[in-house]
Amino acid sequence: MTSQPDPHATGRARGPMPFLPPPPLFLLKPLLARIVRKVAAQNPGMFARLGPHAHEHFLIDPVDMPFMLHLRPDPDALDFRAVGRRGAPPPHVARISGTFLNLFTLMDAEQDGDALFFSRDLIVTGDTEAVVCLRNALDDVDEPIAHTVAALFGPPGRLALEALRRAADTARRRTEEAHP
Amino acid sequence: MTATLPVKPELVCPAGTPAALRTAVDAGAENVYCGYQNATNARNFAGLNFTPDEMAQGIRYAHDRGAKVLITLNTFPPAGRVDLWTEMADLSARLGADACIVADIAVADHIRRRHPQMRIHLSVQAAASSPEAIAWYVREFDVKRVVLPRIMTVSEIKGLVDEIPCEVETFIFGNHGLMVEGRCSLTAYVTGQSTNMDGACSPAACVAYDQQEDGRLATRLGGVMIDRFAPHETAGYPTICKGRYLSEARDGGYYAFEEPVSLNAATMLPELIRAGVHAFKIEGRQRSRAYVRKVVAAFREAVDTVMAGDEPKLADLVALTEGQKHTEGALKSKTWR
Amino acid sequence: MQSELTLGPNLFHWPAEDKRDFYYRIADESPVGTVYLGETICSKRTPFFDDTDMIEQVADRLARAGKRVVWSSLSEVVIRRERRLLEAWSRQEGRELEVNNTAALMALSGTPHRIGGLMNVYNEATMDWLARRGATHFALLPELPRHVLAVLAETATRLGVSLEVQVFGRASLALSARCYHARAHGRTKDNCQFVCGEDADGMRLSTMEGQPFLAINGIQTLSHGYLDLMEDMVDMAALGVTHFRAMPQSCDMVAVTRLYDAVLRGEMGAGEGGAKLRALGIEAPFVNGFYRGRAGADWVPRQHEPA
Repeated sequence: MTSQPDPHATGRARGPMPFLPPPPLFLLKPLLARIVRKVAAQNPGMFARLGPHAHEHFLIDPVDMPFMLHLRPDPDALDFRAVGRRGAPPPHVARISGTFLNLFTLMDAEQDGDALFFSRDLIVTGDTEAVVCLRNALDDVDEPIAHTVAALFGPPGRLALEALRRAADTARRRTEEAHP
Repeated sequence: MTATLPVKPELVCPAGTPAALRTAVDAGAENVYCGYQNATNARNFAGLNFTPDEMAQGIRYAHDRGAKVLITLNTFPPAGRVDLWTEMADLSARLGADACIVADIAVADHIRRRHPQMRIHLSVQAAASSPEAIAWYVREFDVKRVVLPRIMTVSEIKGLVDEIPCEVETFIFGNHGLMVEGRCSLTAYVTGQSTNMDGACSPAACVAYDQQEDGRLATRLGGVMIDRFAPHETAGYPTICKGRYLSEARDGGYYAFEEPVSLNAATMLPELIRAGVHAFKIEGRQRSRAYVRKVVAAFREAVDTVMAGDEPKLADLVALTEGQKHTEGALKSKTWR
Repeated sequence: MQSELTLGPNLFHWPAEDKRDFYYRIADESPVGTVYLGETICSKRTPFFDDTDMIEQVADRLARAGKRVVWSSLSEVVIRRERRLLEAWSRQEGRELEVNNTAALMALSGTPHRIGGLMNVYNEATMDWLARRGATHFALLPELPRHVLAVLAETATRLGVSLEVQVFGRASLALSARCYHARAHGRTKDNCQFVCGEDADGMRLSTMEGQPFLAINGIQTLSHGYLDLMEDMVDMAALGVTHFRAMPQSCDMVAVTRLYDAVLRGEMGAGEGGAKLRALGIEAPFVNGFYRGRAGADWVPRQHEPA
């Protein structure tokens, strides 16, 4: 059983980030570690909200990127890293697949990801409750995670965030026009 | 004869998390409703709801800004577990909550006897849909406000407002439940989790998305197929009353109860205000705070505009459903039935 | 208290003559001690049977046969017609009344009445509260698991009220203001043309995979599976359940009630009774998951006590 949303169904014609090529894996590693440490430090209450699901392994699959993301939101063994698409993915209880932009929208409390979440733009397989719990925990953070990440990079980060939001909006509008 | 000015309805807004509570208050909610992390409320979902500390902070945040917090104790305690509900009621009184929203007779009776100063709002789960039923709850428990089932037309609501001795709250936006709430065991039939006793309709732990080889997506609850979507068709959350089924009376699958559709009473606001409704409820404690901010802000502006005697900008409100289907539901016409 | 088998209210819109003949046969041949009469689902149906002499003839014949007759109320009361019907119903002098909507409590509080199987009595405190205001008998919701039922049975015994559990027939799962029978036929409730009369046991809904799932009865949604708690009746009686309810279906209800009655009286083993029930040709699975604390649609075999 696969869980690949069709990237073409989202109306994305020119790649998810028209202004940037996807970064190579070795550059992502320290970046992701920094992001997750920062988010965790700012939101200690998030882990309580995750309850037993804090110890679960999640696979986040941006279908239009050359890598996937592995997340274990465990305060004692925090893990967020990119994994290649070759070979078997690491063990996980649930897999969340969608285009990069749609996954980004979920991380951004400026946007309502729920519509995507239970529509065909995001596909969840495995433990649905763990994923819903993760989403609820992420939604309760003080500062939207997209902001936190953007702030790590100063003004260029904030510009990139705005560009991503515009791209996500455009993609959503195109999808709606294609499949009203 | 002088025309009496209608009361200005309070906006009653959902908060599944402390962040959503602050968002709702900041967006102009007069009332925020929320619940604890257990079966005492009807959105008992993983990762949602408030610890006692979070509730205390939430109430302070709301009160500092002139908003009220209504606590949902709107499920039915099963025999042997009533204590959990009464403890949550006692806690709510200690924390200075402004009202408890209750459905069960035992919970209402406990609050009335132990916390006479606490306002009781009658939950939609109590399914009080006639003046007689509502008057009975008012007489027995001094209920101050009733949340009406989403099954009445505006003219029926108007008749009710004139006849009953308490405030009336109606849903104006969000999930469009079709079954009489509080009288539904559909989830329990396929999952063993009772909506009334356990506080969850279609709990996520029993939901599965099943991607089929031909590109179709099946949604299942407790293993039972609730719907199956063509490759590009929008999918809904699998609740039984929004599912697609086969019947001998129809060719092919059809939505036997209701299409996946949201209630949006934006166009009915002026009529509802004229009908004398005291509070407008927005559904969605399980939704994101982005939803809370957008919906609350839009209805805040719409209500203020109507009260000022102007036409609300309905285009903005309709945009909230963003491509989703929406309906005025029962409010507009009884042909809905 | 002596255990008793009852016949619950007929939920379906059968032709009036069929209903009459059905109850005549129950009066003459069924061992049930109590029969509940009255339309509980749809106020539009009452002119066919409830508002005619037929129901009085049926009640007389049942009474003459030694059955206790109880009058059940509507379950959903919203529009003016339903409110008027309920008001008239609550003023029937000298009759035993079973309440299925809280609106009726406004008139009946303080006078003896029964609480019906569509009312939300989930806990001992609610039962106690209602009993203090005149409730003498409680029929429970089908979704209650055994451990909840046990506490309620203990409470009922303490309060001296009788307690009834549905042991046979489709379980009521949901009520609505919308008529799903009319909807299936492209109509609305106002111009339904009584299409619900076409389905004596409700209209089957199957999943998109073709698995039979639910049964529609106007505004009511029922289980496709038939409850069968025959093998648990002795256990329930020991807990304090006094009445056992069979719900009318189109199968041979005289045969059904004879089997349940024989098992209840210990004249037939539950194994034999269950086998004979399954030989009656009922075209639906039997379910007991609610009572077992599982999904209602499940059938869970009884765990035998260790010796």
